[in-house]
Amino acid sequence: MIGAIVPWALTFGFGALGLALAMNLWRLFKGPGVADRILALDTMVINVIGIIVLTGIATNSGTSFEAALLLAMVGFVGTVAYAKFLLRGDIIE
Amino acid sequence: MTAAGFADTLVSALIVIGAGFALVGSWGLVRLPSLMERLHGPTKASTLGLGAILVASVLWFHLARGVWTTHELLVSVFLFMTAPISANMVAKVHLHRLRQREPSERPGPAGAPAAPPSGADWATHEAPHEGTPGDFVGD
Repeated sequence: MIGAIVPWALTFGFGALGLALAMNLWRLFKGPGVADRILALDTMVINVIGIIVLTGIATNSGTSFEAALLLAMVGFVGTVAYAKFLLRGDIIE
Repeated sequence: MTAAGFADTLVSALIVIGAGFALVGSWGLVRLPSLMERLHGPTKASTLGLGAILVASVLWFHLARGVWTTHELLVSVFLFMTAPISANMVAKVHLHRLRQREPSERPGPAGAPAAPPSGADWATHEAPHEGTPGDFVGD
């Protein structure tokens, strides 16, 4: 039968990714530098993409894939924008 | 074990492996002492874990609906392309702020980076000159 042990794996996956998000949040508040906070935000985006994909598996719907792809793109652009602002004092020159 | 049971086990194993790798990457972000070491966790372990979760999603939708979906692979290809770029940008910010003697940034085991001979800051896209890391002007 399809899907006999997948729910258990999904429970473990949600738990592990939630714990990872809590760790990233700790690093986001602790710092100590600005680069650490940018890195923590980037990692949070990666973990949230994982949670969205797991939600798509759990609800058996293919529509959450667009959210994952959009979040991947917006997360990358956000990280680069933070880094460019700190390096150059401006985002679009 | 039937074929469906094998595929079920494979999807479950990929989910567990992927979530475990993501957890280890975030644990590295908490545990490691300096930013240059902390960069390794999210850029390698978390990205690899997400790749495993996306492959699990492809296999799952093949099992559940009988169709091969490739758009999850689009996400993982995009992430595998952008992870080194964003890590490079974060490392540039770190080096730039170390050179500016920001007190909150601590240098890693290799110590603070040496200033280029011109005294300029190569992290901020200046024109290549003698002594720029990675330049081939003097070769």
